[in-house]
Amino acid sequence: MSALAAELQGHEPMAPEPWRILAVRREVADGEVFTWTLEPLSGRAATARPGQFNMLYLFGVGEVAISVSAIEDDGAVVHTIRAVGSVTRAMQGLRTGEVVGVRGPFGTAWPVADAKGRDLVLAAGGIGLAPLRPVVHAVLARRQDFGRVLLCYGARSPRDLIFRDELDEWQVRRELDLRVTVDRGTADWKGDVGVVTQLIDRGGFDGRNALAMVCGPEVMMRFSALSLHRRGVAPERTFVSMERSMRCALGFCGHCQIGPHFVCRDGPVFPYPVMEPAFRVNEL
Amino acid sequence: MRELLEILQGQSFFDGLTEAQLKLVAAFAALRSFEAGRYLFREHEPADAFYLIRSGRVSLESLLPGRQPGTFMTLGGGDMLGWSWLIPPYRWHYDARALEPVHTAHFDAAALRERMDHDPVLGYALHKRFTMLIVERLQAARLQHLDIYASGEGDVGLGG
Repeated sequence: MSALAAELQGHEPMAPEPWRILAVRREVADGEVFTWTLEPLSGRAATARPGQFNMLYLFGVGEVAISVSAIEDDGAVVHTIRAVGSVTRAMQGLRTGEVVGVRGPFGTAWPVADAKGRDLVLAAGGIGLAPLRPVVHAVLARRQDFGRVLLCYGARSPRDLIFRDELDEWQVRRELDLRVTVDRGTADWKGDVGVVTQLIDRGGFDGRNALAMVCGPEVMMRFSALSLHRRGVAPERTFVSMERSMRCALGFCGHCQIGPHFVCRDGPVFPYPVMEPAFRVNEL
Repeated sequence: MRELLEILQGQSFFDGLTEAQLKLVAAFAALRSFEAGRYLFREHEPADAFYLIRSGRVSLESLLPGRQPGTFMTLGGGDMLGWSWLIPPYRWHYDARALEPVHTAHFDAAALRERMDHDPVLGYALHKRFTMLIVERLQAARLQHLDIYASGEGDVGLGG
């Protein structure tokens, strides 16, 4: 947690601050994935960096760790949430104007600055696009600093694609090579069918000089890392974002521990070689 | 011939082949284009070719009785298409349809196969490359089959 965040919370990192929901947006047709834009009632908040997460607290229900999916210029923070458990399903029912608790930001960030002067490969699977979206925003804001930028995005089906409007916008921009694929097409789907690793295998970047950031289900990250290495991207320049059950977010409780690493404190963004052994251990 | 040789030299699939081998393979190739909607090959037809897709997208489809053809994979520029020519009974197992104008290098695989029988060094070099391609596609198909993006149980992780 940043010093400013601790100061803002009066050195009580376990105490959530009240934030108001400014906007709610459905990302998929049934609303299972939705995006909140949040602002602090206090008017002050620590600025999150791409890849970090906040603990979102629905009073009386529970708390969940959710990655930042955009960082607005005015201090508002955007989170994209998939309703899969008791807390996130309850969050699905909240509307604009309601107040939730926020702790954070926590964790490590994507090494965007390290990608300067290099080709950048972003590989996202499913809702894993959300933690990478702030990277895309940061890169597009300083596009001249980077070489080729490739975004490979895979989803289960066309109806599961999130940020559709933004994808359409990125698709027509020349600054970004956006490749989208789905595991299962539909009759009206005109795009690619196949897994995200195939998009990486097609290349279009200088692997020896590239840096890669990968976010999605663990099996997708493992196979993506293999594809990247086949294309010449060094393992130490491949970064992954890990998901575990985060509770305290401070590295105390141990719920998110993977070997010697606390995902909430030492991650969620790790260099691939640090996490590679964990990918080979079942139920770790 | 020169143009085909340059095309092959620019493809990672052929990396490591000697110039003499590349020239030989290029001798079995021809440029061929397909309009959108045209089939490159159909299921059960003799598999006597393989393709290097230079540009455009190709849909691999399987016939599903009473339903629209199911696309299980799309291929694009730089991808290799077709390995049924390597394995008896040398018949295509799926349809391949151009989704948009597609430009390819088409290889006379039946003739090349015969050549490979008489030139085991070339045969082995090409077999290694196609085996790698088959393994990559097999891994991709397994991943696709695993349904890795299905909803998990409970609020574990970063939820986005």
